[in-house]
Amino acid sequence: MMILKILFRNAFHSKLRSGLTILGIAVAILAFGLLRMVISSWYAGVEAASTSRLVTRNAISILFTLPLSYNEKIRQHEGVKMVSYGNWFGGIYIDEKNFFPNFCVEPRTYLAIYPEFVLAPAEKKAFLADRKGFVAGRKLVAKHGWKLGDTVTLKGTIYPGNWDFVLRGIYKGRDETTDETQFYFHWDYLNETIKKSSPQRADQVGFYMVAVTRPDLAAEVVLAVDKTFKNSLAETLTETEKAFNQWFIAMSGAIVTAIQMVSFVVIIIIMAVVANTMAMTTRERIGDYAIMKTLGFGSREITILIFGESLVITLTGCLTSMLLTFPAAAAFGHVLETFFPIFIISAETLCLDVLAAILIGCLAALIPTGQAIRIGIADGLRRIG
Amino acid sequence: MAEQKQNIVEIRHLFKSYRRGSLVVPVLFDITFDIAAGEFLALMGPSGSGKTTLLNLLAGIDKADAGGIRVDGLDITTFSETELAHWRANHVGFIFQFYNLIPVLKAVENLELPLHLTSLSRRERREHAEMALRMMGLDHRMDHYPQELSGGEQQRVAIARAIVTDPTILVADEPTGDLDRVSAEEILAMMERLNGEMGKTIVMVTHDPRAAQRAKILRHLDKGYLTNDDSQNPL
Ligand SMILES: Nc1ncnc2c1ncn2[C@@H]1O[C@H](COP(=O)(O)OP(=O)(O)OP(=O)(O)O)[C@@H](O)[C@H]1O
Ligand SMILES: [Mg+2]
Repeated sequence: MMILKILFRNAFHSKLRSGLTILGIAVAILAFGLLRMVISSWYAGVEAASTSRLVTRNAISILFTLPLSYNEKIRQHEGVKMVSYGNWFGGIYIDEKNFFPNFCVEPRTYLAIYPEFVLAPAEKKAFLADRKGFVAGRKLVAKHGWKLGDTVTLKGTIYPGNWDFVLRGIYKGRDETTDETQFYFHWDYLNETIKKSSPQRADQVGFYMVAVTRPDLAAEVVLAVDKTFKNSLAETLTETEKAFNQWFIAMSGAIVTAIQMVSFVVIIIIMAVVANTMAMTTRERIGDYAIMKTLGFGSREITILIFGESLVITLTGCLTSMLLTFPAAAAFGHVLETFFPIFIISAETLCLDVLAAILIGCLAALIPTGQAIRIGIADGLRRIG
Repeated sequence: MAEQKQNIVEIRHLFKSYRRGSLVVPVLFDITFDIAAGEFLALMGPSGSGKTTLLNLLAGIDKADAGGIRVDGLDITTFSETELAHWRANHVGFIFQFYNLIPVLKAVENLELPLHLTSLSRRERREHAEMALRMMGLDHRMDHYPQELSGGEQQRVAIARAIVTDPTILVADEPTGDLDRVSAEEILAMMERLNGEMGKTIVMVTHDPRAAQRAKILRHLDKGYLTNDDSQNPL
């Protein structure tokens, strides 16, 4: 139809202006999409957590430890399938900017409780056999170019000194929601080493991982465990792994909220830019619209022309941004993989992109359309020349 | 020996003023005159005398304060906006000083545009558009965009667009105002032909005495008053 022909040609009539506007929209929607992805990656950790696993920590704070003797006591509770434990090590690899999570664990039980860390049987055997061995996720290994048998030195922060570890196994995630950037080694190695230097810090555990026999027993086990250590020297706080992760994320909640706000600010800014462009464009076309009205066309056609042009531009920008999203997300995820181990483009993100584009297009067209419709033909025609 | 012709336009006691804030600016006072079918009328007068305003009223793109305008038997002052739009599409052809073609449409598409408001088929629209362009001597310019055409050529396309719907009257507001002498002569010659050979009723506003000479009847507007009655053009 003729109206559509005019609409599309109008949208691309001024190549420079349309090009720049489309580029601006593409970048803004790309930024919006990436920020939304950061937020959903943040929560992906929570979603990936199992509800049949519990975490027990010191009730005062995660910074305080629990005695190793709790291991036996926790295991004896009904509904508990297996218990593992570990400490946050907080070592630095060469430089602080190489941050990745590293901790020591009781290896046999830990691997059993976390079946999503998939390890080749030979590597598992080698890891269990080597007291100084460590296992790392595929992404982390690839990033630093380590090979099996390599010695990797971490500089201790909580536990001073330089610590040497030998890479014995590389785990793969069971699916894309599994974090492939972790680094874990033998709890015994840490414990025996510090026994010599600072014996008062030995036999202390940062957290217990508790596997329950059935998820519906989790609530009972939580109550039972914490009750056992009530009024002891080190009271415990037990929660599901999901709640534990949520608590961890809540600490950074302010940042997530800030990112969320920024993502909407980006949309508002680009909305203002597009609205301005549409207002300019419409002002230039007031004469054209007056001629169309003179010829007998009505408000309906004028509305279609302006809304259509605005939407063609924003949706072209949106399409461009979607094509850019995949390489950009890959690059972004690569750079930040230790912070956002799971960086996925979700259908939801893409839907939000399209919704944002439609919203921008419609809101930007609203006022110019009103003006173009309201102006009398005679006044519109006088603007020509 | 003036033969008795049927009036196609009858204007009776027409008043028009514009409002600028609280200020009311009167523009037309008690205008009454007729235009016979097949007439070629030139409307002259100093700048600001209300020529464009009068033309807009009788072409149905502006509303009078008081008075009647009958065109081909219909009182258009009683029409709603929608009825007026429909009426314009069927009964009026417009020619402007600045051609006013749609810049993103080719010459032939500019002609097809008003035909979209008729019941013609796609093929018929194309045929009508091409025929009108051929009549204006633009066979070789059909697929050109307005900016690829000279001023004279653009005005010929505009005339073709004005006649392609076969309207009852043609209105032209300073159709030669933006053209050089030669192109202006061409345009005027074409309008004469449309009037003479095809019997189109034309109302043309102009400053240019040479353009006015082509018309059969002259009317003068001065400060909103029609000054002389029915002067036959001494051509
Ligand atoms: N929208 C408007 N609001 C207020 N005043 C207007 C408006 N349009 C026209 N006028 C005034 O009405 C008067 C007549 O204007 P009009 O355009 O009809 O004159 P004209 O005879 O066509 O002049 P020109 O030869 O310069 O085209 C002028 O004084 C003009 O300033
Ligand atoms: Mg005028």
